[in-house]
Amino acid sequence: MRLNYVFRRVGFFLLIVWVAASVNFFLPRLSGQDPIREKLLRESMLGGAMQAGMDQIVKTYEVKFGLDRPLYQQYFSYLGDVARFDFNYSISQYPNRVIDMILDALPWTAGLLSVAFLLSFSVGTLLGALFGWPRAPRYLGWLFGPLLSLSAIPYFLLGLVLLYFFAFYLKWLPSGGGFERGTLPTASVKFALDVAHHAILPALSILLAQLGGWALGMRAMMVTTQGEDYMVFADAKGLSERTLFLRYAMRNAILPQVTGLALVLGQLISGAVLVEIVFQYPGVGTLLWRAIRETDYFVVQGVVFFSIVTIGLATLLLDLIYPLLDPRISYEK
Amino acid sequence: MSTGPVLSSAQRGLSVHSESTWREQASEVGRFLRRNPLLVAGLVLLTLLFLFAVIGSYITDIKDAQPLAARPLLRPSSEYPFGTDKLGRDLFATIVAGIPLTLRVGIVAGLIGLGIGTFLGFVSAYYGGWVDNLISGIVDVGLTVPGLMVLIIIAIAFSGQLDVNDMALIVSALAWLYPARVIRSQVLTLKQRPFVEVARLTGMGGLEIIFLELMPNLLPYLAASLVAAIASAILASIGLEALGLGPVDSPTLGMTIYWALLNGAVINRWWWWWAPPILVISILFNGLFLLSMGLDEIANPRVRRSL
Repeated sequence: MRLNYVFRRVGFFLLIVWVAASVNFFLPRLSGQDPIREKLLRESMLGGAMQAGMDQIVKTYEVKFGLDRPLYQQYFSYLGDVARFDFNYSISQYPNRVIDMILDALPWTAGLLSVAFLLSFSVGTLLGALFGWPRAPRYLGWLFGPLLSLSAIPYFLLGLVLLYFFAFYLKWLPSGGGFERGTLPTASVKFALDVAHHAILPALSILLAQLGGWALGMRAMMVTTQGEDYMVFADAKGLSERTLFLRYAMRNAILPQVTGLALVLGQLISGAVLVEIVFQYPGVGTLLWRAIRETDYFVVQGVVFFSIVTIGLATLLLDLIYPLLDPRISYEK
Repeated sequence: MSTGPVLSSAQRGLSVHSESTWREQASEVGRFLRRNPLLVAGLVLLTLLFLFAVIGSYITDIKDAQPLAARPLLRPSSEYPFGTDKLGRDLFATIVAGIPLTLRVGIVAGLIGLGIGTFLGFVSAYYGGWVDNLISGIVDVGLTVPGLMVLIIIAIAFSGQLDVNDMALIVSALAWLYPARVIRSQVLTLKQRPFVEVARLTGMGGLEIIFLELMPNLLPYLAASLVAAIASAILASIGLEALGLGPVDSPTLGMTIYWALLNGAVINRWWWWWAPPILVISILFNGLFLLSMGLDEIANPRVRRSL
């Protein structure tokens, strides 16, 4: 039974990866655009070169990228490449490989988002638990509406407002980038502080936009736990308020939140593309944006595929771990 | 011969009936709205936006939303209430023109999404078997994959010459997934109810049962799903537009943000360029959010108690 479940989940993961790869392969080809020719045309216009040898150059590159072979051969070799995370070369920054560019940008995105996601999860869940606790101070309740209202606004728009207010109006925080311009990344405390300083605003915009959602979910779950018999019993036993709140109510209400956290962590790469762009953060989102601007298809496809695989992996792990977290869930279906 | 008077008396009866209860119905609606302040708040916000767009279109010329309509980068003044942007668009006209365009993308994509999603949800839940496995498999895969990423690939494939309708179609490519899942699970619980069994025993066909028995019971869910689908379609379209993958010639709210970002409006402190579209988008999303929470309360009475 158990092994069967694992197999089915892994199969589902592979299905997602295959679908993502195929969409990535076929959609750009359906549109009939020719990225290499477009790129070369743009380069030649910049350099003032002649059109004469263009067709031959394009042909040479097509052979180099394997674009002259029949479609099905291209498809299978593409699947093989993708399985090895080989996304070809960047068109706009030619000698660079796409996978290297992604791996360079990845720590920035993963670092920023994991901190922001975990912070918003813990603060939001705690706030939600308090919102749903009848004996919590009443003034806390006034926070709920504004938080929900913020959560309805897209992250990056919130980021824009914060950026203007804190970086340009008050001038408290840096206006963008991952670290001070002109410095080189080193493994020093000074540099780490600089990085943290630059991450405050983008992280804050994600945090503010997510708090409401976490609070809403946790509040609803807290309210449902309150009618449970074990709560009445624990209260009757004369347990302290703190124990009731943390061990009885929160402990039972938090499970769906953990599911949510795992799903959100799956969006580590794709979740805040637009926030990164607003803050010119040197992560995957900015890489994607630049690639879209320069019609660098291979980079766009690489980023898209990479982010789909991450979220597929996250849901796979979640589904495998979840039955361990909650014994009530069976492996059957 | 005798059918004439019978019909008319029936009609008279009907009209008398409805007249006598019209006032009751109105007060019923009033009482219902008072019990559901979220719904009212959402409707008020959306109505305000709607009125702004309608009244604005009378006092300004929407043609000024195109570049070179005015002198560039004027601060807000009595002549240009929201100022002008670097390319010489009157930003008040841009917002007035942008609200209906953005709403159109959301409503068209939302309706397409809800239509396809409802159909697939019904088919999947009602017929079960391999049909259900196939449809829910596709929905599961589709909902796992990060939507914006797929939309980026689609939009890039068609980039350059998109208009607002293309935008709606692109966004609707994924808008059906969530409705399909929600409607499927609702139909699964509904079809176990006795009244469906009775309908089947009286000889109603599958389609008849779907439209006459199941649909009316799902109306609150359909309404809530529609609002949610519209909101997420607008969110996706604004995301694509901010990335530069939107309709370049249309002054939608997202495109205004894109132009502001592209021209460094924040760094250059041209706050009047980006602040109005952000404010309008915030009001729009809050309105839709409140509306969907209000509808949820109707659809799930259990939520009503907890909220």
